[in-house]
Parts: sequence; structure tokens; C-alpha cells
Amino acid sequence: MSSSMESVSLQNIAPGQHAAVRKAHGDMSGNWKTHLTTPRATLLETSHLKKSYHRGQVEIQVLNDVNLQIKENDWTSIVGQSGSGKSTLLHLLGTLDAPDQGAIHFEGNRIDDLPSRSRDILRNRHFGMIFQFYHLLPELNTLENVLTPLMISSGVLSYWLQKRHYTDRAKALLEHVGLGHRMKHLPRELSGGEMQRAAIARSLIAEPRVLLADEPTGNLDRKTGDDILEILRTLNRRENLTIVMVTHDDAVAGQADRIVRLAEGRVQEIT
Amino acid sequence: MYKLVLCWRYLRTRYIAIASIISVTLGVATMIVVNAVMSGFSNEMHKRLHGILSDIVVESVNINGIDDVEPMKKEIQRLVGDDLHGITTVVHVPAVLSFQYRQEYITRHVNLIGIDDKTHAAVSEFGQYLLHPNNRKQLSFALPNGGYLTHDLLADSNVRERTQLKNAGWPYRRYRVESEREYRRQIEQTKRIQPQQLTEGVPGTAAVTSGKVPTDPLSSPVEGVPLDPYSQHLEEQVFDPLHDQHTGIILGFSMASVRNRSDDGMIEDNFFCLPGDDVRVTLPSSGSPPKPIHESFTIVDFYESKMSEYDSSFAFVPLRRLQELRGMIDPVTGAAAVTSIQLKLRDGVTLSTVRDKLRARFPVDQFPVRIQTWRDMQGPLLAAVRMETTILNILLFLIIAVAGFGILATFFMIVVEKTRDVGILKSLGAPSSGIMSIFLTYGFSLGLAGSGVGMVLGLAFVANINEIAAALEWCTGHEVFDPTVYYFHKIPTIINAFTISWIVFGAILIAVMASVLPALRAARLHPVEALRYE
Repeated sequence: MSSSMESVSLQNIAPGQHAAVRKAHGDMSGNWKTHLTTPRATLLETSHLKKSYHRGQVEIQVLNDVNLQIKENDWTSIVGQSGSGKSTLLHLLGTLDAPDQGAIHFEGNRIDDLPSRSRDILRNRHFGMIFQFYHLLPELNTLENVLTPLMISSGVLSYWLQKRHYTDRAKALLEHVGLGHRMKHLPRELSGGEMQRAAIARSLIAEPRVLLADEPTGNLDRKTGDDILEILRTLNRRENLTIVMVTHDDAVAGQADRIVRLAEGRVQEIT
Repeated sequence: MYKLVLCWRYLRTRYIAIASIISVTLGVATMIVVNAVMSGFSNEMHKRLHGILSDIVVESVNINGIDDVEPMKKEIQRLVGDDLHGITTVVHVPAVLSFQYRQEYITRHVNLIGIDDKTHAAVSEFGQYLLHPNNRKQLSFALPNGGYLTHDLLADSNVRERTQLKNAGWPYRRYRVESEREYRRQIEQTKRIQPQQLTEGVPGTAAVTSGKVPTDPLSSPVEGVPLDPYSQHLEEQVFDPLHDQHTGIILGFSMASVRNRSDDGMIEDNFFCLPGDDVRVTLPSSGSPPKPIHESFTIVDFYESKMSEYDSSFAFVPLRRLQELRGMIDPVTGAAAVTSIQLKLRDGVTLSTVRDKLRARFPVDQFPVRIQTWRDMQGPLLAAVRMETTILNILLFLIIAVAGFGILATFFMIVVEKTRDVGILKSLGAPSSGIMSIFLTYGFSLGLAGSGVGMVLGLAFVANINEIAAALEWCTGHEVFDPTVYYFHKIPTIINAFTISWIVFGAILIAVMASVLPALRAARLHPVEALRYE
């Protein structure tokens, strides 16, 4: 797919539109959305994925021939020991990094070789991401952090024209994750659980097709972690949000529909 | 949108960056002040140079001048046509001037200039630099009966009134002559009563005993034998200084006075001679070889242009009298020679065009004349001022360039500090160009703020520069701007909007340029590495 074509198809989907509207729009605007009407279609797919890093003169093979399919509306957990390549796989799926070999397809379209700008748009509009260390912008308050993806996708004028609409959506999401009383607080004034909930709200503001979560409970206590998992479960069950979650905790991974176990850069087991 | 929001937040929270733009502020303010002062000085200098030099000068290369000037004048008038506003003829000649001050003679080199009092005002602003109000309106070489301006028109309250000028002119002249006569009468009387007591054992009284009174030889043409050999002129046999004056002369102000600062901090002018005093001038005659000519003149006014070079060397006399004295008038034809023809052109006429036209008509190989505009004549001086301004600007811009390196270093620190934020933004879909824009906008904002504050500071400084100079003098005890040196009482300043614009633009550009490298580095950060950065 050419970058311009993708740019048009992606930009035609205004953030905040209802999922059904987006699907309908997607059917008309790009061939990679045509199969969305098919239930439980493959949303993300990797084939023969290889990735290595160089540490000095030493080459470390992180992923080696990884083949994986993520079904629409599925909650998939990727588990493995430290260094097994699970975070690297998540970064490749989220187009934050490019594989050395192999291909990644999103809704049937190859995305790993897209131009940088197209991958930026893909991340902004279709992928939501949450991280172990929350990664909120420290200068912005909770509400502004949630609004950041919309600020990135909009120009100054269009943002100001739709600011009220965007703000209402962000507030609704924050209420939904239980942070209605923390909207004007800076990240440093929030607890770990609150920051992760804010990060979840931020990842959902653009109504993504898939949520990529990298150890979302890794830095939280058990109770707070359970709360976060409950939110993810709700999103998956009620909003039919596809979730790919990386964790090293088997108990956490057990919440998912499917568990992909990585070992030494290969898919060892899928359950 | 996120670029503006983050840029604004960084501006509000990164005080180290604010500190880094102080040097931009100071650089911009300094450049504005220096340029304003240099423009002020330059403008004052141009005004004074142009005020005396007229627009175009056709100058003889020979001190004997252009023999028959009238045909040349007519040809010039024909050539320049309607562009000509005024034309006058002048005789320039080097001379030696001497006058008596406290029993001793002061002798000075002068540029003696013979001017036509009818036409000279049409080519230069000569009149506005004279101290007598009537001469400012219409020049006259007759000694006025007092009424000289006693206040320096360009002075402030720090300059003391020139009280000596109050009675200058005929009142002063009459008083001086009467005082001298009374003094001599008393000496004569004393000599008749006790000549022996006066002379015995008193050194330096030989002249008194011999009957020769050591007083002003210029004022004793009738009584006794004059000591001054120059005064043996036929005219002086009937000349009564109490009622008569010699030919009038206008002296440069600095030639007749010296400026000092008194103990109470006031600036005062002390005069060696005043309007009403007589001076002796020795000048070369026309012809070859030149012979010395001695002539007495009566000071009728002072010329105060505030240009040290002019005020300390120019003396003006009537053109006709100077031509007579030098023998520049042909006894047969009555044609008078002059050393230069001065032209004043109408406003808006390009001087160099008229100059070139005249040069083409009067080529040097046929006419021994030099044709120059006033800018040509003062070319080296004007070029020196221009070069000084340019070098100062380059040096001062280096200050802002140094500030640019400060911004560069600060920005690199901020980019390192914000590495993880860059990763977050990239993970949310911000393009590299957007990341770069954040830091470029940040640099632009710092440049804008720095140069904006610098501009306000600079303009405020210029507006109050004399008060600031006074405050600095009060604090340090040292004179910042000495009016006895510059002959300006206030620091002249001119604000030029174009100059300020390019200073501000340049400072902003430097700030943006300084942020390019850090911005590029931020834009090129790998999102995964940036997210893992600790």
C-alpha cells in the first residue's frame, strides 16, 4: 500500500467515531478493512519474524522465525522469561521497531515495511499502547495526557474546533477508569495504579483496533494489578477490544483467551 | 497542537533555558543601544559636515584660485539648471591669527575663509551656528551692540551661562579701550610724580622708565609709538578703536575659548577673546612667490558648530576684503579670483550625478579644479565611522552567537532529559518532524522572548541614556560622557526601525539555528531506545 493511500484511508477515520461507523467507513476507504465484517478474522499476523540486536561485536538473536496470528476481539497474552523476546515482539507488532526478516500484517496488509509517517499514523489511530512504567508526559495533567493522541492527529485549528468534543470524550474515559477526580493532577501526583489507568484512558481515546500492553501490571501491587486487569477484561468483553498483553506472570497471563509462550526467540507453545 | 502545548510547558518549567536567553537579551539590548548611539553621532557629524560644506564644491587646486570665475559660474548655472538652489564663491587660505590675552600673544593656525555675506546662506547652514541672533538671520560683519546668546543652545543644565558674552560687542570694546586708556593715564601720572622710586630695584620696569608702556599694541595706534610692528598702517592713523572697528571676523568658538569642568561639576567656557576684541591675521598674498600680508580684524561673532575640527580652525571674513588683501582682483578688468565655488542643490537631486556632469564639462586636464560632493570631501571620515559601526556590530553579534552556543548546550541537556518523553510521543504516533518542531518552536520562542525583552530593554536604555549616564557618573565618580571632549551635552541617539528589525530577526535566527542540532537529535531518537532510556 502506498503511503498516500494509507494516509487518506487512516485520516478519514476521525478519532472518536463509534466503532461501527469506523468499520463501515473502513470498508469503503481501504482494502485492509474489507474483511472486518468477517467475525474473528485475523487482525495481526507475523510470519517468519526475525530480529536481532548487536551488543558490541556480539549479535543477539532476540526473535527467530516467529509466526503468530492475533484474532480480532481476542485477548492474547505473550509470556516468557526475561530476554525471551516478548517485549521486542510487542514493539514489532506496534511498529515501534522493524524486523530484520519476515513480515507483519495488520488486517491483511503488510505494515512492517510502511514508510515512517504511515507507521506513525497507524500507531496514532489504530494501535493503543500501555507500558509497565505508564509513560505519561510529566508536564501535562491527566486530562491533557489522555488528549495527547488527539492533539497529535489534529492540526491546531481542527483541535480547537473540536476541543469540547474531545475533552468530553477524554473526561468520559477518565470517569470510566475511575479517575474523574484526578483530571487536573500531574502524573507525579498520582499513584502507580492511577497512572496506569490514565495510560489506559489515553490508549483508548483514539478508539484503536488493538491494545498493545507491555507488562501493564508489572509495576503494581497485586490488588491494583487486578483492578487494571479488570478494566482490560471489561474492554475486551464489552467493547470487543483486541488486546495483546506481554507479561512474565503466568497468573496475569491466565486472564487472556490465548497464551503464547516464547522461549529463546521462538514460539514455544500456544494455548 | 501538541507541539505548542509541550513547547509552552517546557518554557514554563525549564528555567535553565530561560537563563540561557539572558545573553540573547543582553546582546540584543547592547546592539540596539550601540547602534542608536552610533547613528546619533553619525547623524550629528553628517549634519555639521554638510552644514558647512554645501552639496558640491568646485575647488581650485591652486591657492591663487580660479582667475576669472564669472564665466565658470554662469556655465555651472546653465549645466545644473533647475537643480541648483544656491551658488556662492569662497576664498580659502591658510593663515596665522594672533591676539593678546593677559599680556601675552596667542598665535594660532587658521583656515581663513572669505565668504559672501549675501549668498553664503543659500548654500550652507553656516548662519545657524553663529552666536548673535541677527547674524543667524542675515550675516553681517559689523560689530553688534551686544545681544549675543549666552546659553549654549544644545546644552543642558550642566553648562553654565556664558556671562562673559553678555556685554560682548560694542559695550565690551568701549569698556576695554577706556580701561586701557585709563590704565595708561595712571601710569603716565605715576611716572611724572615719582619716576625714581618706581624704577629703583624693581625688575622688569625698564620699559616704564623709557616711556614705553607695555600694553596692547593693537589698541594704541595714536598715543606714543606702537610696539606692534603690524599696526603701522596708514588707516590706523585715524582709527579710533573707541568708535571704529576693523574688518569683521568670525572666529571658531574653540579658537577663542576653552571648555572646563569647574569644582562644582558645572561645565563652563572660558574665553581668551570676545566679540569686540581685535586680532591680527597674517596671510599669503596671491601670486608667486606669496608674500605675507598682515591685517587687523575685529571679532564680530563666534562660530559654534560643535565639530571640534571646524570650531578650532575656521575663521570667516568678508570675501571682497580677503580678495583685496591677497591681490586677487585684476586692477584692469576688476575680475575677482576665488578658490572655490560652492553649490547647493535642490532636495532630492542626486549629488553624484551633478558632480559627474560638472566633471565631464570641466575636465582636470583643462581646468585645474577639483569637483567633489561633500561626502567625497569627508570620505575617509565617513568611511571610518561606517567601518567602526560595522566592526562593532560584528563584535556584538558574536555575543549573541555565544548566546546561541549556550542555547545549543542547554537544548542538548533538555533533549537528553526529555528522551523518554520523545519515546512516548513517538509511541503515540508523533512524527519525527513533529518532535523536531517542538524543539525548533522552543528555540524560536526563546529567541523571540530573549530578543523581545532585549528590544524593550534596549529602547528603554536609549530613551533614558543621559539619565543612565548621569547615574553611572554618580555611582562611579567617573565621567561617562564628557561634554568637554565631545561638545555634545546629550548623548545623541537615533532609533532606526530597520536596524532594530534585523537585530531582532538575527537574534531569533541564531536561537532557532542553535536549536536545530538538538531538535534533529531528538527527532532521530529510536522510539524503543527512547522509551527504555533512564
